[in-house]
Amino acid sequence: MNLKALNKSLWAFHFNSGSCNGCDIEIIAALTPRYDVERFGIKLVGTPRHADILLLTGPVAMDMKEKLERVYAQMPSPKAVMLIGNCGNSGDVFYESYSLVGPADRIIPVDVYVPGCPPRPEAIIHGVVKVWQKLEKEAKK
Amino acid sequence: MSEGKTFKIAVGPVHPALKEPVQLNCEIEGEQVKHVDIELSQVHRSIEWIGTRRNPVQVVFLAEKICGICNICHTLCFCEAVESIAGIEVPARAHYIRTIAAELERIHSHILWAGVAAHELGFDSVMHYTWKLREKVLDTTEYLTGNRIGKAIVTIGGTKRDIEEKQFGKIREACNYYRQNFSRLRDIFLKDPIIKARARDIGILRRDDALSLCAVGPTARASGVKKDVRQDEAYAAYPDLDVKAITPKELLGEIRGDVYDRIAVRLLEVLQSVELIEKCLKQMPEGKIAYESKLAKVLSDVKQLKGEAIGRHEAPRGEVFHYLKMVGEETPYSWKVRAPTYNNILSWIPMLKGAQIADIPIVAASIDPCMSCTNRAAIADGKELGNEKLHRLSVEKTRSLKKGPGSERGNCN
Ligand code: SF4
Repeated sequence: MNLKALNKSLWAFHFNSGSCNGCDIEIIAALTPRYDVERFGIKLVGTPRHADILLLTGPVAMDMKEKLERVYAQMPSPKAVMLIGNCGNSGDVFYESYSLVGPADRIIPVDVYVPGCPPRPEAIIHGVVKVWQKLEKEAKK
Repeated sequence: MSEGKTFKIAVGPVHPALKEPVQLNCEIEGEQVKHVDIELSQVHRSIEWIGTRRNPVQVVFLAEKICGICNICHTLCFCEAVESIAGIEVPARAHYIRTIAAELERIHSHILWAGVAAHELGFDSVMHYTWKLREKVLDTTEYLTGNRIGKAIVTIGGTKRDIEEKQFGKIREACNYYRQNFSRLRDIFLKDPIIKARARDIGILRRDDALSLCAVGPTARASGVKKDVRQDEAYAAYPDLDVKAITPKELLGEIRGDVYDRIAVRLLEVLQSVELIEKCLKQMPEGKIAYESKLAKVLSDVKQLKGEAIGRHEAPRGEVFHYLKMVGEETPYSWKVRAPTYNNILSWIPMLKGAQIADIPIVAASIDPCMSCTNRAAIADGKELGNEKLHRLSVEKTRSLKKGPGSERGNCN
């Protein structure tokens, strides 16, 4: 994996796989002036083809499984996946649902888990830092 | 291109202009949208079904996860329904706390929407500005409930937390903050020539269409339908507060039912919510915050209920409606949630007919859709039949019929 490609700012694509919006609005809150991760060059992009990290929220509804796989495949390598929110991590209150196929890490490989329902923007930023550290470590290998 | 030739474009389910998965199938001729079809069910989470396997106290937590933006409204509706089956009397103070929480939620939701609308218009600086304004109400919510998003303050028979006298100062401060910033927000959204050009006479929903499609909330009010549950069938503390449904006429002097009108209604409602909260603080009575503080006692009271009831609430996007039926068992027999987007989404069709492709995002966003509350699925024999599955079953049946009599007829469920 050529990680030199990632030594600049990370760009993120946000994928909602059936979340309640709680996590999604906290992601946007992390990008907007109070928390402002855009100052580090992290921004949301409109297509997975431009993205370095996938911000995944939601417990992965049945219909979204195939779409998630396709979006993941469209992202150029090297790439990382950040799973945001309890419901994607473990199913949370929806664990027994018939129409969900999560937890998300059964479907695509996940690098960083951010628990919380929803996690605070600080936690999301902390997750991004973890992704960065992880990628740096891999680059040194 | 020859005259009358149309193309189909699909917007969604994963699309940068949509914040949540939904699919809009548009038939276009040149730049013009001729027809729209909407496909839901992508993010169906079977919450109602899960709800019928848990006791009412547990369902309150589940109801909160229906929507991250307006979670007070779902818990409130569900609790209202349980309370009316069980005949629980909610203390007056709890009604006021619920109302304050619900109005804070409205401020947060409407400002959030204003940001999303600005983003859809390509006006990102305004989006950042509005989301910065929104942080104040989130701080206040966190101060009162302990959380920014999941408020978890409403419970069966009252509220979980009190709002004390010493906390009033911070709430008043937030109210003043929005009062001061209101004119700036209004000028940005209603006076800016670019926003005007993009929103005026775009995505028109006529009054009769709004009525026949049963539109609710700001979408209906912007078309001149004066309906608001807080006014028509006041609940919680609203009977004391004298709420009036807001139409764009108050600010603009006329009603056109376009995107611009919907912006105006939502802006006015922010101010209205501020006023309601201030009134609540002034009138809040002393007393208990819940009819019973021990959860175990509440649970034993609501476990073996018999009867059916509804809960209604004016959420930021319109009327939420919960139906609950209990038949003497620990878990609900039936629980039905009807969120406002379910009504409003059909108004996309008259709004988008004749619109330009570039207007699809802002028109779609103008009803403030919330898919997580809306997604439905067909169920047969306990199995989910999404759109794709349903179609596949139908194709299989046709095929088997084509094979002639005697082949697997009737064997395809
Ligand atoms: S983790 Fe919680 S807040 Fe986040 S999407 Fe899931 S249910 Fe909503």
